[in-house]
Amino acid sequence: MKTNPIAKVIVYMILILGVLVFITPFIYMILTTFVKGAYSLPRPSEVFSAVPNLDNYEVVWTKNNFFRFFLNSLLVAGVATVGSVFFGALTAYAFVRFTFPFKEFIFRVFIFTMMIPLVLAIVPQFTVVKSLGLVNTYYGLWLIYIGGGIVGSTFFLRGFFEKVPKELVESIVMDGGGNWRIFWNIYLPLSKPALGTMAIFAFSGTWDEYFVALTIIKDEMMRTLPIALMMFQGKYASNWSWIFAASIIAILPVIIIYIIFQKKFVQGGMNEGSVKG
Amino acid sequence: MLPVKETNHPEINIEKDPFSVRFKKGLKQWREVFPFLFLGLLGAGVFVIFPLIKGVIMSFQDYNIMPGAESPFVGLENYMRAFEDENFKYAVRNTILNTLVTVPVNWFFGLFFAVLINLHFVKYKITFRTLYYLPIITSWIVVAFLFRYLFADGDSGLINFMLLKAGLVNEPISWLQNQWTAMVVIWLFHIWKTVGWTVVIYLAALQGISKDIYEAAAIDGSDGFKTFRYITIPQLRPITAFVLINLVMGAFNIFPQVYFITNGGPMGQTEVLQSMIYKEAFNNFNFGYSSALSVMMGLTIFLITLAQQKKLGKNTDE
Repeated sequence: MKTNPIAKVIVYMILILGVLVFITPFIYMILTTFVKGAYSLPRPSEVFSAVPNLDNYEVVWTKNNFFRFFLNSLLVAGVATVGSVFFGALTAYAFVRFTFPFKEFIFRVFIFTMMIPLVLAIVPQFTVVKSLGLVNTYYGLWLIYIGGGIVGSTFFLRGFFEKVPKELVESIVMDGGGNWRIFWNIYLPLSKPALGTMAIFAFSGTWDEYFVALTIIKDEMMRTLPIALMMFQGKYASNWSWIFAASIIAILPVIIIYIIFQKKFVQGGMNEGSVKG
Repeated sequence: MLPVKETNHPEINIEKDPFSVRFKKGLKQWREVFPFLFLGLLGAGVFVIFPLIKGVIMSFQDYNIMPGAESPFVGLENYMRAFEDENFKYAVRNTILNTLVTVPVNWFFGLFFAVLINLHFVKYKITFRTLYYLPIITSWIVVAFLFRYLFADGDSGLINFMLLKAGLVNEPISWLQNQWTAMVVIWLFHIWKTVGWTVVIYLAALQGISKDIYEAAAIDGSDGFKTFRYITIPQLRPITAFVLINLVMGAFNIFPQVYFITNGGPMGQTEVLQSMIYKEAFNNFNFGYSSALSVMMGLTIFLITLAQQKKLGKNTDE
């Protein structure tokens, strides 16, 4: 197929324009972190002429226990991710592999809850955690993140588990393997891309979670990054260089994880298309 | 409990078995699935289903969170209160406006960019996709800081600076101090942050369309526009239903967009339903009232989703 070169140029120009719209704010944010002593809103000319340096990052990293909050978030999001993926996989496996009474009904209830905004559940979730005596602990946070997210992760993983070939399962059954072995040796390894995608959803979701963390965690030293960021912004309202240096530190882990995994997913998706062409 | 005797053959039709046999069989099935299902059911039961039911009950109470304190039932009082609340009117209006404004724009640009990226001659597809998706994975709070910074008052805010340079305005706009300019910022924020999702979903759908159909169309002499109109669009119909439902739900659930940008200001004029629900509960401790608002919002979303699924689902393959 031949394509008009002018059309090509126009398409590329539109695509690059789109990229500029998405990327310019990020670049402007990064440039702002290079501005020194920005105690008020820096002028665009100052921002564009700033020389790259890491001074503001150093100040932010050592100031206000930012390192501590970073580790807190890593712990909270890490455990929540592993828990969400594991229990989601377990529950999805139960729905895909077994028949049992009320299966259809339970699954319908699950889907129904997904249509209701969870803001309705925040207050009762808080009262549950409170009655368990887990306010101001990470256990309380993890219970809400994993328990509250189980419906979504089950629903997501179930779709992939259904594509696992039955022949493989039968070969394990022939060898006398039980349901657990089928789960560990067949379903989990074959669903790696889905589990990885799920893990990214869970990690970025809990890494960025603000409202639940704000209600459950009271102790200042236990705060997670989103809350620390808001407090930081409240304290240094006009020092945008510091605020964005802190922000970039906060978003970097998710972006790095995304870019690493992104390649794998896209390869999978793109190959499917190119095999036929 | 004793193990159930395996008298019934699995191939026997369930309908014909007497109740006791079916019951035993069911029990056996539950024992098998229980280790896998138990924790998931417990988690969903305690942290999703129970809270939703309790939320509905709370909406009829003058709920008091203090232990031992009374929470008397007040009937529909919490619901009636909403209709006299000025803030509720703003919240409903702004939530609906956000949906009406952002869904079509989001949908159009999502499809538009996905189609362009998917054109056969476009290189660096993965790079484009990654860059368009970047705002999605960036923290809401950080993007909110960024938008407040870009739309800052005075001539030092980047947007004002560019508008002044281009001669589009004569003096800097106080974006977040006025109701409608603040709303524009919130809408732009919402679209900028979420349009990448639509692009990625449509891109995946476009790549899933079989090449054979396009080849057949090319042999029949179909040009690019006709192919798009009569092949691509119908092929995308099921995914369009999915995208639209998600966009509407996303727009209706607008919350951090407002909470972190204007926090409802100026004077509650940019408030939306979720930010109001959150603040009524956790700033004003009106848990009953907050729950009543959530129930009304939940019902509305449920009805919209149901109607959309009926309407859009009709023409799909399933």
